[in-house]
Amino acid sequence: MKAARKVLGVPLPACWLAPRTALPAAVLVVLGLVPVYAAATGDPFALTLFGRIEILAMAALSLNLIMGYGGMASFGHAAYLGIGGYAVGILWKEGIGSGFVQWPVAIAVSALFALVVGALSLRTRGVYFIMITLAFAQMVYYVAQGLDRYGGDDGMTIGSRSSFAGLVNLNNAAQLYYLCFALLLASLFLVSRLVNSRFGLVIEGTRSNERRMRAIGVSPFRYKLVCFVIAGALCGLAGALLANHTNFISPAMMYWTRSGDLMVMVILGGLGSLFGPVLGTVTYLLLEEALSRVTEYPGLFIGPALLLVAIFMHGGIEGLFGARRRD
Amino acid sequence: MTEPLLQVAGLTKRFGGVVAADAIALDITAGECHAVIGPNGAGKTTLVGLLAGEIAPQGGSIRFDGRDITALAVHNRSQLGVARSFQTTSLFAEFTALDNVALAVQAHAGHSFRFWTSARAEAALREPALQALEDVGLAARAEARVDKLSHGEQRQLEIAVALATKPRLLLLDEPMAGLGADESARMVALLRRFKGAITMLLIEHDMATVFALADRITVLVYGRVIAGGDPASVRADAAVREAYLGEHDARHD
Repeated sequence: MKAARKVLGVPLPACWLAPRTALPAAVLVVLGLVPVYAAATGDPFALTLFGRIEILAMAALSLNLIMGYGGMASFGHAAYLGIGGYAVGILWKEGIGSGFVQWPVAIAVSALFALVVGALSLRTRGVYFIMITLAFAQMVYYVAQGLDRYGGDDGMTIGSRSSFAGLVNLNNAAQLYYLCFALLLASLFLVSRLVNSRFGLVIEGTRSNERRMRAIGVSPFRYKLVCFVIAGALCGLAGALLANHTNFISPAMMYWTRSGDLMVMVILGGLGSLFGPVLGTVTYLLLEEALSRVTEYPGLFIGPALLLVAIFMHGGIEGLFGARRRD
Repeated sequence: MTEPLLQVAGLTKRFGGVVAADAIALDITAGECHAVIGPNGAGKTTLVGLLAGEIAPQGGSIRFDGRDITALAVHNRSQLGVARSFQTTSLFAEFTALDNVALAVQAHAGHSFRFWTSARAEAALREPALQALEDVGLAARAEARVDKLSHGEQRQLEIAVALATKPRLLLLDEPMAGLGADESARMVALLRRFKGAITMLLIEHDMATVFALADRITVLVYGRVIAGGDPASVRADAAVREAYLGEHDARHD
């Protein structure tokens, strides 16, 4: 029974100074201090850059939920960024500026879209799954291009950010930044609860061995579909944030290369690790930013770097600092 | 006499021109250990696939506990109490041994749409899982990842996972596959402990094992049942000796 107690209890947290907890903690502290730096230097650029990083990190987190934990390599995840963004933009254009309406609509429409895409794609495997998710995303892209009232191909500037009845003022750059930061933390918490729950174990177990999952009595489809919808909803929220962050929506938000970027961020950080997507997003966007200052072709350097990650670092950045999953 | 737990009638499956199951009839009484033997290619694994629901038959019927399950999906059969072990180990490789078994417990403890509390902290899942590991002698390896377990330990874990679903019928597809002599002996001892308590259908190559465990034996050759009955009568059956046991006996005699 002694042995039982040891394994039954929640395992003691590993030393907080261990590299694998220290790095995420350091990254979060730095992210939390960006507004202080911006205020001290009077340079708002850091707020813009890191605010964008936080938003895309949320999107990467949601993609990791299905791709990393669930083994569902969706190649159309940017569509949810676009849907969330367009929900905000379209509602603003039609005179509804309240975030209390805009954001729930962004989340709900994204979830609904994920439900449709998931219901049709999750019965397929491998390349077919990738193609179907890609096809749906491109479909939404072309629909957005055709929305002349909302800017068509050129996109549309959003005249005012979502209003929250004085609760937060998104026109204040620091407040907008901290809202992004808080939502990123909330997303991390949400995903950490999800993946350790009964639901999460079914999702991860199905990725590991679907045949075995059926044999022990679980039909995985419903669980995968719900997981797909949760990820879509979370990414839709990131899209609503992105529209507020840039004051702009355009079809380019959901072009297939953007979906590819998100996949790269997740793989770079470490598939199926909780914090990996955040590390991947930070690394990818900072690298892109730095390289774009010294060269006209940042892709020329990012490409080979990714190749090295794919060949030599299976756990991504997170994998360098500890095991990807429990040993 | 009570109705058999499992009643198979006319079960047929063809893969192209190959008849893997040719009108198989088979009754398994509750509590018995029923061995299915036969030379390579006799259709033994196909039979397990048909009974577990992974393979759809082209004809015939399967009744389990009085209910027609011929068209029932794999997971539904598992929920009714049909469990299986795989001939080639099939587990959640990145999970620990305990996680593997706990997930099997969870699969039979209602739906898994529970999103918030940690499943690894639920005593209701962990305790029965640990018990199943103890039953197969793997408790000491509970926290080891499956891919760090030896082949023999993985075979034991297969049994623990199946037991954790509280099966009423256990389909064992060559549980000794790839095991050394010692490990095989341990597995036989393990299965013997559950004899009587759990109805078993045992696919096995090794004759010593079969005669040590089975209450009844069915002999399959080219997908057809050529003989069946208690071990002594099967051993004495002329057709069986010719088709299957012949070479063994010839070597020993």
